[in-house]
Amino acid sequence: MSTDVNVKMEALAGVDPDALPLQVKDLHVEFRTRNGIAHAVNGVSFDLRAGETRAILGESGCGKSVTAQAIMGILDTPPGFITGGEILYRGVDLLKLPESERRKVRANRVAMIFQDALSALNPVFTVGFQLAELFRKHRGMSRQDAKARAVELLDLVKIPAAKQRVNDYPHQFSGGMRQRVMIAMALALDPEVLIADEPTTALDVTVQAQIMALLAELQRERNMGLVLITHDMGVVADVADRISVMYAGRVIEEAGVNDIYANPAHPYTKGLLESIPRLDLKGHELSAIKGLPPMLTNIPPGCAFNPRCGYAQDVCRQDPAPPLYQVSPSRTAACHFWKEVKGDE
Amino acid sequence: MSDVVLETRDLVKHFPLTRGIVFKKQYGAVQAVDGVSLQLRRGETLGIVGESGCGKSTLARLLVGLETPTSGDLFVQGKNMSKVSAEERRRGRRNIQLVMQDPYTSLNPRMTVGDIVGEPFEVHPDVLPKARRRAKVQELLDLVGLNPDHITRYPHQFSGGQRQRIGIARALALNPEIILCDEPVSALDVSIQAQVINLLEKLQKELGLSYVFIAHDLSVVRHIADRVAVMYLGKIIEIGTEDEIYDNPTHPYTQALLSAVPVPDPRRRGHRDQIVLTGDVPSPANPPSGCRFRTRCWKAQDICAEQQPLLEIRDKSGHPSACHFAEVRDVVHASE
Repeated sequence: MSTDVNVKMEALAGVDPDALPLQVKDLHVEFRTRNGIAHAVNGVSFDLRAGETRAILGESGCGKSVTAQAIMGILDTPPGFITGGEILYRGVDLLKLPESERRKVRANRVAMIFQDALSALNPVFTVGFQLAELFRKHRGMSRQDAKARAVELLDLVKIPAAKQRVNDYPHQFSGGMRQRVMIAMALALDPEVLIADEPTTALDVTVQAQIMALLAELQRERNMGLVLITHDMGVVADVADRISVMYAGRVIEEAGVNDIYANPAHPYTKGLLESIPRLDLKGHELSAIKGLPPMLTNIPPGCAFNPRCGYAQDVCRQDPAPPLYQVSPSRTAACHFWKEVKGDE
Repeated sequence: MSDVVLETRDLVKHFPLTRGIVFKKQYGAVQAVDGVSLQLRRGETLGIVGESGCGKSTLARLLVGLETPTSGDLFVQGKNMSKVSAEERRRGRRNIQLVMQDPYTSLNPRMTVGDIVGEPFEVHPDVLPKARRRAKVQELLDLVGLNPDHITRYPHQFSGGQRQRIGIARALALNPEIILCDEPVSALDVSIQAQVINLLEKLQKELGLSYVFIAHDLSVVRHIADRVAVMYLGKIIEIGTEDEIYDNPTHPYTQALLSAVPVPDPRRRGHRDQIVLTGDVPSPANPPSGCRFRTRCWKAQDICAEQQPLLEIRDKSGHPSACHFAEVRDVVHASE
C-alpha cells in the first residue's frame, strides 16, 4: 500500500527503527472518583515484537482496557490519570509527546479496534466517509482519491460489493461486517501495532472465527504486532504467542502461550483454566474460584488475589505485593509459591 | 409418557411486519420460531444452542407464556396450555420459571432483595400465607448461597454473580419443576460463571429440577446439558444427546458451529478441523426456500432449495438431523 505516491508518513522525531514497536514499562493509571481513588493499573509492563501477538487476559475490571486506552492516549482525563511509567513506540516515550505529535502516532503507527463496532463508528456518516477521512486528514489526499482508497480497504477486509457498500451507514451493516469496517479503518494507514480490545466478544462464534481468521491474515501480510485484549481463554489459545495475565491492575503472570496453558505458575491463572467448561471434554466438575475480584478502590494489601487463593500464607497478606519471579528464562509469575502452583513438569 | 414435563408440538411464532399507521397492512412476518417440536423429561437438562437471531429467546418466551404462539401446542405436564382455562394456565405457569440473561436489568433497582424474591408470592398468594413468606425468602437466599441477612439490601449492592443468584432464588420461589435459563451466565466473568453453573447443577440434584438451558456458548451447554437442540433461523436442525451432538454431529451447520469454537489448548492450534462459514445469517423475515442453511452450506444441491429437509433419523445419522446429506463428521476432536 505504501508504494502509492500520494502516501507519505508524517514524520516523528526520535524514532529508532531498531527499537521494539511497543514497550510498556511500569504503567500506573488511577481514576480519581468521588468514592476515592481507583487504582486501575498498578505497574504493568510488557514488550511487543513486530509480527507478534501478545494477549492481555483478564476479567472485567482488571485494568486491561484502561491499559489499552493509556497506550492510545484516549484515556478520559479526568477522572483517569496516568501517574507513572513509560509507553515506548520504537524508543519514543509517547507519554512525553505533546498532543499534536501524539496524533501522528495514533492510527498511523499504533491503531486500535474496539469491542462494540456500532458505538465506535459514527452513525451519521457513511462508512466510506469515515474511512476516507483518515486519508484526507493524515495523508492530505483529495476527497476522490480518499474515497477510492476507502473502497480498496473494504475490499481488503472482504466486504462484498465494496463499491456500493462504501456509501452505506454503519447501521446498514451486520455485526460482523461492522467489525470488518472497523478493522479496515484501523489498518488504513498501515500501523505497525494494532490493539484489539475484545474484538469478537459481541459476535457469534461462526462470525468470530471469520474475524479472527481475517485479523491473522492481515497481521501476517504486514508483519504487524497485535495486542489482543480479551477474557476468552479459547481465542487466546488459538492466536496468541505470549500472554500477560492481569488481575487487579497488575500483570500476575507472563509467559509463552504453551507454558501458561500446560503449566500455569500463578493460582489465578490456574483457577481460570480450571473454571472454563471445555467443548471437547465432559463431566469434570468446574472448580470455581471462590469469592469476587477486589474493588479497585480498596485492593487488599500484599497479593491482591490472596483472599481468593488456596495457597495464601501470611506472607501473601502483607505488603509489598509479590514481585514477578523468574520462573524460567522466558516467563515470570507474581506468586511467592509459584513452585508449588506449577508443580513438577 | 408421564416423565415428559414439557412438550411442544410444531410451535410457531411469527411477528407480523406491517405498513401504514391508520390502515395497517401486513406485508410479511418475521418467522422467529417456525415449527419447533421438542420434549423435556423430568430431571434432565435440555440445551438449546444457536446464534443470535435464531429464535432461541423467542422460544424461551413462548415456553414460559410471555408470548402466545401463532400456532402449535405447548404442553406443560401433559396439559395443553392453549386449551385450558385462564385460571389453570395461571397455575400451570407456576411450574415453569425463567432465569434471565442480564442480572443488571432483570432486577428492579427500587425493590429490596426480599421484595424481589418474594414477589412471586404476591402474584400467586395462595401458595404461602403472608406470615411465612419472609422466612421462606431467607431460606431461598441461603439455598442459592447468599447471606439470608441481606434481605433488606438493594440489587446495586451485589455483584453480577450474586445478582444472578438472586434471579435464581426468585425463579425457585414457587417450587417449580421446570426452570428455563435464558443465557444465565453469558453476562458473567469466567470465574463467576463457574460458580453459577455449579450452583445450577447442585440445585438440580437437590430439588430434582428440569432445565431448559438456552445459550450461545457451546462449551457451557456441553458441560450442563444431557440433550442438546441446535437451532438455525427458527427451526431445530439437529437434536440429540450431548455425546451425539458434540462427538458425532451430522448437520453441516452444527459442524461449522462446533468447529468455530476456540479450544483453550494451544497445542491443538492448527490441528483442528475448522470450517469457516461465509456470509451472514439470512433475514428471518425472508428465509431461503427449502433448507434454510443452504445459502451458507458447502454441501448444498438443487434438492436443498426445493425440498425442506425434515428433522428425522437418517441412514448416516443415528439421531434426528434436518439435512438431506447428514453424515457424521467429528470436528471437535479431529486430527490429534
